[in-house]
Amino acid sequence: MVSKSDFLVRYPFQSNKAKGGIRMFKKLMILGAAAAMFAATNANAADFYGTLAKIKETGTIVLGHRESSVPFAYIGPEGKPIGYSMDLCMKAVEAIEAELGMDLKVKLVPVTPQTRIPLIANGNINIECGSTTNNLTRQQQVDYAYTTFITGTKILTKKGSGIKEVEDLAGKAIALAQGTTNERAIKESIEKLGIKNVKVLSVKDHAEGLLALETDRVDAYSTDHILLFGLIAKSKNPADYEVVGRFLSFDPYALMLPRDDSAIRLVVNRTLAGLFRSDEIKDIYNKWFMSNIPGSQALMVPMGDTLETNFAVQAFPK
Amino acid sequence: MLAAFDFGVIGRNLPYLWEGMQLSLLLTGLSAFGSIVLGTILALMRLSGIKLFQWIGAVWVNFFRSLPLLLVIFWFYFLVPVVVQQQVDAFQSALIGFVLFEAAYYCEIMRSGILSISRGQAWAGYALGLRYSQTMRYIVLPQAFRNMLPILLTQTIILFQDTSLVFVVGLADFMTSAVNVAQRDSRLIELYVFAAFVYLVMCYFGSLYVKHLQQKMHR
Amino acid sequence: MNYNWNWAILIEVPYFDWLVSGLGWTLLVSALGWIIAFSLGSLIGVIRTLPSKPLRLFGMAYVELFRNVPLLVQMFIWFYVLPELVGEDLGRWMKRDMPFPEATSAILCLGTYTASRVAEQVRAGIESIPRGQSMAGYAMGLTTKQVYRYLLIPVGYRIIVPPMTSEFLTIFKNSSLALTIGVAEVLYQARQIENYTFQGFEAFTAATLIYLVITMIVVFITDRVEAKARIPGYGVQGKT
Repeated sequence: MVSKSDFLVRYPFQSNKAKGGIRMFKKLMILGAAAAMFAATNANAADFYGTLAKIKETGTIVLGHRESSVPFAYIGPEGKPIGYSMDLCMKAVEAIEAELGMDLKVKLVPVTPQTRIPLIANGNINIECGSTTNNLTRQQQVDYAYTTFITGTKILTKKGSGIKEVEDLAGKAIALAQGTTNERAIKESIEKLGIKNVKVLSVKDHAEGLLALETDRVDAYSTDHILLFGLIAKSKNPADYEVVGRFLSFDPYALMLPRDDSAIRLVVNRTLAGLFRSDEIKDIYNKWFMSNIPGSQALMVPMGDTLETNFAVQAFPK
Repeated sequence: MLAAFDFGVIGRNLPYLWEGMQLSLLLTGLSAFGSIVLGTILALMRLSGIKLFQWIGAVWVNFFRSLPLLLVIFWFYFLVPVVVQQQVDAFQSALIGFVLFEAAYYCEIMRSGILSISRGQAWAGYALGLRYSQTMRYIVLPQAFRNMLPILLTQTIILFQDTSLVFVVGLADFMTSAVNVAQRDSRLIELYVFAAFVYLVMCYFGSLYVKHLQQKMHR
Repeated sequence: MNYNWNWAILIEVPYFDWLVSGLGWTLLVSALGWIIAFSLGSLIGVIRTLPSKPLRLFGMAYVELFRNVPLLVQMFIWFYVLPELVGEDLGRWMKRDMPFPEATSAILCLGTYTASRVAEQVRAGIESIPRGQSMAGYAMGLTTKQVYRYLLIPVGYRIIVPPMTSEFLTIFKNSSLALTIGVAEVLYQARQIENYTFQGFEAFTAATLIYLVITMIVVFITDRVEAKARIPGYGVQGKT
């Protein structure tokens, strides 16, 4: 880190230099990539580059995690982030430790839908462990490991609200989390189907969305259907709520990684493929989706054919 | 659903909230220190005879005073790691943002503080053969600082309130902790009222102390 | 860091429209908030200089309460806590049927908060008028009401024009906090553009320029007003 006073003094004149810095960094990345190709042919002379080099240098890996994405990554009763994605991430961390041949300090950074992509893109976090949809627009800024879950946008409402499908939102109010794919899916549906008088309330994250529904500020909240089940399980009166409607989008989840860094992606994917191959994924899945979890009831959402096929397809051989 | 109040939720989460408060206080302390130092440098630049320095000082102050702090926090949260090409944690980014931003305000306080010292004192310093830096360091700044202490403290109380804005980037200060508990346990009323009360008491007693200090100085 | 600059994004559909509508909300929330702040703040400020002790105490309590709680906390209390405390029917109305619940809460919050700051300026303005003037007024047989109406208020207000300018700029900048309760003002829109396009630098630069330009315009206009409002012989108080 540049010393603070140094930075303070230099800052006003920094803008041009910074651009130059980025350009130079790009060059370095290309050199790094070239170097890695050589390294790949000679695995023992593993000279790490990019994120792995940074992790090795600092002895620290930084994981970004969500705070209310049950059961993928959420703050458990002990105040620490836990969940399905957290478990997968920790497996990846073990693999990275083995790859680098050292023990790593794990630093946990909370992220929101609005902050997660910039934080990966600017190198603040190394892996994001949450419930992030892998889409091609986002791939312009970040990279993803193999798909770990498949879901889509649905609507959460109170029983008896009269909402059964997205069309029923006419004249009603719905909360949407800023920066989610679901926000866009719902807004696009409203526009395409010409649904009238829908009031949209922007919220920061799922917890705030559920709260808006709980306090009757809105009639519905929308996010990926699996997260809606997580929200119901964690609510005070789970019997009050229901998930309704057809899927309004297709959302494959994946751990998010820095772009242009195939070395760390390989280590993470190798870990995931291993879990998929050995069926260990089923145990992890059942732990979070089919049994009681800390701070909430069981979700009881079976794996389903699509996800099982997804795991089978991505169980690449060694 | 929210009708029955349960202020016990605060007691149960007190350790967590206290952790947040520690971060708020640490951020306030470090930011105040950094921005008073930087603000004093800027004030000296604005008062120096060198056009370029005057210009830099004026642009800095007017630039940051035209922007909402929230915008500055967002900028630094995303920008600092890019500029320094390093991982920077959220606390450091926020700290840098606060120092640069608040320095603009402290600068104006220090500037009027320095102007309040009669020129004769500086001349006396030069007459004794002191250099500019020595005159400032031993004669002008200590007095300016002392005269402005109440206003500097008032600004620091404002800074303490401003640290609650790091909530928008999820840095776990007192405000963020209160919101997290509020949302997790659906106890909005209790937690938000509690947060308001804690800030009120701390800032009110802070301002009472400032008043006391002012009276003591005027005696 | 691998950033693809694309400044054209700012004038593309619909992002340009978003920024324009964000600017509209920012100006609307600041302007309406300012009306509340100015009228309520004047009232409280005058109250604080009155001879009546209970009224003065009330004025002081108002100022201390609103000044010592961070604006963000006040924002949350207006939006989340108040509707839960006012009874079910009114609460439901505030949350659902009130026009633009988020913006209305934000306007009330900014208005009442800034009022506490305006009140302090008004009080300072009135107190800075030499006592001899109001005494002369009383000696001429004016009532307290008349002394305020014809003497203290007209003179006091001309004295505090400069600090009022900076209070207006404060409410304008503080209106950005409305995004925390979902008001789609400039900064909110900048973040939304970032979410949709990942061109965060361009979006935040646009927001920064918008704030800078508006501030410059306000300062330009009020400099003219200040020159006109200045009372010869009273000297100009420095902006606080």
